[in-house]
Amino acid sequence: MHSNIDEARPRRLADGAGTGEAKVTTYRQARRRERRFGYLLSFPALLGLFMFLVLPFLMAVVLSFSDQRLLSPNQAEWVGLRNYDRLLSVSWLVQEAERSELGEVVRTAEGEPEFPALRTLLRGDPAYREYREFTSWQWGEKRYVLLAKDPRFIQSFLNTLLFVMLVVPLQCGLALGLALLINRQLRGISVFRAIFFSPVVTSIVVVSIVWTFLYHRDVGVLNHYLQALTFGLVGPIDWLGDPDWAMPSIVIMSAWQACGVQMLIFLAGLQGISQDLYEAAELDGAGRWSQFWNITLPGLRNTLVFVILSTTVQAFGLFTQVDVMTGGGPQGSTSTVMFHAVAKGFREQDIAYGSAVSVVFFLVILLIALLQKKFFDAREAK
Amino acid sequence: MQKSVPGRRFGMSMTTLSLGMSVALSMVAATAHADPQRIEYWRTEASQAEIESQQAAIDRFNQSQPRWRVEMSRLPAGSYTEAMTAAALAGDLPCVMYIDQPVAPNFAWSEFLRPLDGLVPAETLAPLLETAKATYGGEIYAAGQNEEVLVLYGRRSVLEEHGIRIATLDHPWSQAEFLAALEALKQGGDFLYPLDIQAGWTGDEWYSYAFGPWLLSFGGDQIDRGNYLYAEGVLNGEEVLAWGEFFQGLFEAGYVDRNPSDNRGFDQGRVALNYVGSWELRNHLDAWGDDLVVMPVPDFGHGTTIGGGSWQLGISTQCDAPEGAAAFVDFMLQPAEIAEAARARITVPSHPQAAALTEDFREGGRWRFFYDYAEAHARLRPATPGYPTISSAFERAARDIRDGRDVQEALDEAVDAIERDIADNRGYGFHE
Repeated sequence: MHSNIDEARPRRLADGAGTGEAKVTTYRQARRRERRFGYLLSFPALLGLFMFLVLPFLMAVVLSFSDQRLLSPNQAEWVGLRNYDRLLSVSWLVQEAERSELGEVVRTAEGEPEFPALRTLLRGDPAYREYREFTSWQWGEKRYVLLAKDPRFIQSFLNTLLFVMLVVPLQCGLALGLALLINRQLRGISVFRAIFFSPVVTSIVVVSIVWTFLYHRDVGVLNHYLQALTFGLVGPIDWLGDPDWAMPSIVIMSAWQACGVQMLIFLAGLQGISQDLYEAAELDGAGRWSQFWNITLPGLRNTLVFVILSTTVQAFGLFTQVDVMTGGGPQGSTSTVMFHAVAKGFREQDIAYGSAVSVVFFLVILLIALLQKKFFDAREAK
Repeated sequence: MQKSVPGRRFGMSMTTLSLGMSVALSMVAATAHADPQRIEYWRTEASQAEIESQQAAIDRFNQSQPRWRVEMSRLPAGSYTEAMTAAALAGDLPCVMYIDQPVAPNFAWSEFLRPLDGLVPAETLAPLLETAKATYGGEIYAAGQNEEVLVLYGRRSVLEEHGIRIATLDHPWSQAEFLAALEALKQGGDFLYPLDIQAGWTGDEWYSYAFGPWLLSFGGDQIDRGNYLYAEGVLNGEEVLAWGEFFQGLFEAGYVDRNPSDNRGFDQGRVALNYVGSWELRNHLDAWGDDLVVMPVPDFGHGTTIGGGSWQLGISTQCDAPEGAAAFVDFMLQPAEIAEAARARITVPSHPQAAALTEDFREGGRWRFFYDYAEAHARLRPATPGYPTISSAFERAARDIRDGRDVQEALDEAVDAIERDIADNRGYGFHE
């Protein structure tokens, strides 16, 4: 490389340009060469990124506009936006209660007005042919029905959002708490660090199976403790079998399993805060609590932003726990977008539809991550 | 999660190519006496006993003739079908593959499997149990050495103590008798949940395999097998609705644990009756010995019915030596080989003569019940390439029903999913 620079110099001089300018030019050339060298060296890594991240994603985008199957002798065809239409279409309709010939509202034994069978209605009307009920409300003698072409996707999407909203604060809070606990010079503290970190290095499948035992309605340890501690007033709770409890159960287990990673990051952040600040605060008479609010938290700002962003993105990918512990049930209450994509794309072999789910989901996560970042940046600017 | 799938299929060109190659190669083989030609065989990883017995069979085949040499590769069972799918798309399928019966029609339709008719002698295939042959469009695409049989395991002492009749093949329990037995066991107080139907198993399509046949016994089905195009009025018809109410009732009444944390309840005496396959026979025998009784599934109105179809052998279209592959499959399906496999690991032989050769499964043998049951009452899962979707949609519905969802709603959703899938796939090769 050095010899190259020497070669360039006489040519430049022959051009009659000033020495100073020549030096700048050769410096620039060297920089350019260095950059080229940089590209050359990063090429293997970039190739890997392209092959295993960019290319599959681009293929997913392409596939999502076709009707490609996992296995099929039929030639794949372009179907335009069909997969996206099936995924995202929502609609609504209002049903009138059924009336007898005399114009009176027909009522069931319980006195509720009766409505015509929705499915017959939907299947009979070409405009509503592919729609199915997502949810409905009854208001007097009318029934308002929210329809979707893929109600499972909408439900899965809402479930995923719920999971993220519950797990991110819990997991980050737990991680911060643990980090504060073990951020001290004690004999044997590394043992505690290892213990707190151990769930992370255990296979998530194994952890899920073990927690299925703990959560069992009749023989699970959790219910035993719960009943013993409350003298039988609370429970037994059907943790994984009750639609209201299944998602919180998975949230608790996931936060416990994964918080070790965030704990380590927080620990690194904590150790980056100068001890002088604490000493000064102590001299000023600041208590523990006020030290935490005024020194620790501001000192962890960047760490906190990183941890929240990465935990959020990671939480959106919830799949294994659901697959092992509940299979998406009970009644779809733990089905997540990833679970839906795998069920459609692989188990039902509709890889094009599965791709469409992934593409939509990618865009949503990207949007949320960008919004989060903007929010934190705006706070920093303040 | 995207698994990359090449945009275009090249099944046809591969077929032509491999045909061409097989012609060329057989000419080479005719002119020069070279080493025996290698035949690749893929199967799932399994227990030591099973693998050793199969390797011994392969060695016997390799020594019996000079032309072909079969080499077995074992793949992890959990991702076996995915691995085969990937290999099929990449054009890397082996000559002979171990394939699960319900998956076979899908592979046949996708032109990855060759019909066995014409390759393997008809007299080899004809005597096999009907459920030991995977068919699609009237042709046989795979055949197996053994059959797995679903039964109701119980304990003589427990049943007698509760005054419950032991069901037999000629007199299975009726639905009412079944429910009465469960009630008696529940009331007895020894069993929190008297019956285990492996309701917690995920994946592996247990739900469709285990409970699909119950629909048949109720008089319903998962799809109209007359045309394989419609499920409307069948899967959400009156009969299946009755099944759904019954199924939901089992959980509501507390007869069955919705989400058992393990499947050792029967062996450990926590559960009185266990609905599971013949593969558990050995464990149950170890646990209960002579106290163990094996009973048929209740007759819900249209006869006692169980699912048939286990793992079988198929020949791929990407095979350059179909003759050799066929010779191997033919060899493996001979009664002597089937009997050997049945002996090595208690498994139900798929051939009457093979059954007669084994001590346990011959007439009057200890486990003859399994063979008789499979022969008379096993029904195949719907033999259509659309089966993966049927299985997945049915499982979702059955799980929802288990968890208390409205039966009609759950079944309607499954029907819509199945019919849309069939329409998307232009009927999967079936026409009105």
